[in-house]
Amino acid sequence: MNDEPIIPGPARPLKPHRLLKFLRQEILPTAFCPGCGCGTVLNSFAQAVEELSIDPKDMVFVTGIGCSSWIPSPYFKGDTLHTTHGRPIAFATGVKIMRPDLKVVVIAGDGDIAGIGGNHLVHAARRNIDITVLMVNNWNYGMTGGQVSPATPFGVPTTTTPYDNPEHPLEAAELVAAAGANYVSRWTTYHVFPLMESIQKALEIEGFSFIEILSQCPVSYGKMVDMRRASDFLKFYRDQSVRVHKAKEMSAEELEGKIVVGKLVERQRSEFVTSLRRINERFREG
Amino acid sequence: MPSQDARVQQMIEINEELCKGCDICIDFCPLQVLAISEIINRKGYYPPKVVDEEKCIGCRLCELVCPEFAITICNE
Repeated sequence: MNDEPIIPGPARPLKPHRLLKFLRQEILPTAFCPGCGCGTVLNSFAQAVEELSIDPKDMVFVTGIGCSSWIPSPYFKGDTLHTTHGRPIAFATGVKIMRPDLKVVVIAGDGDIAGIGGNHLVHAARRNIDITVLMVNNWNYGMTGGQVSPATPFGVPTTTTPYDNPEHPLEAAELVAAAGANYVSRWTTYHVFPLMESIQKALEIEGFSFIEILSQCPVSYGKMVDMRRASDFLKFYRDQSVRVHKAKEMSAEELEGKIVVGKLVERQRSEFVTSLRRINERFREG
Repeated sequence: MPSQDARVQQMIEINEELCKGCDICIDFCPLQVLAISEIINRKGYYPPKVVDEEKCIGCRLCELVCPEFAITICNE
């Protein structure tokens, strides 16, 4: 090896990555910052679609505004609806009611889903409409430079709270579980294998399914908390995460600052579009 | 547990041009198969290189954790 770094010539013929068939390869590499967790979420999602052998043509992706909304649009090779800030669940509800044969997937961030579109989230979960929502939680509004979001932990400095965040974060997964969703779980980008299995489960289950994915933002969030490497975040997730069954035996003081990961809820409530169609048919006949 | 000889030899393929040098694969490989290479790619990042392919057991953690689809395991 030379001491001087060199720029390599034409790369040798590589065996293609088996998940590249799901991506628009002409626009790779992605626009995400180095070490951004959004790519890991895209990777796990593509792997889950591969394992379930779903045709991406039978899926519709609805996204809002923000870094995480770039995960399916433009990278995933499927139909995407890139909507206004905070409204992906509202648009997804319309898509699902008109086309119940399609799998509707919403991938957006914490600022989009829990902050600006918080009301849509609660009521879609209450209706239990058959859509899959992946909330990529990077604890800040990363695209605009790291402003405080409803999911930012207490006492953490951000661009708009330089003297530490005085607000307590919203526990979105617990909120959705209480609102009546059929499947709720929380994972991090460190737990890639359980995350991938959880995405499979969420795509299969009928009714509202919600996964909160803690994802690292080493650039916008990391600069304020001095965690500038993606590995710092993944080590933090590894050390601070507690499984659901263990968290049940722990006190509130012990759980302070911990991340509860795992499946929070799985149940079989009746689904909104099925109920709506049944009512429609009854009155058409009558 | 399969013996050392019965193990299928794994082949790690790294697409240096997609890599953004976040080093997650290097830090989280359970058997330290990867290390930072001395070359830089066209975007100015140092991609990983394989230092000990014999140790790889094909757990595919690097493949799934990579945010850039730059690393894959081929074992056929």
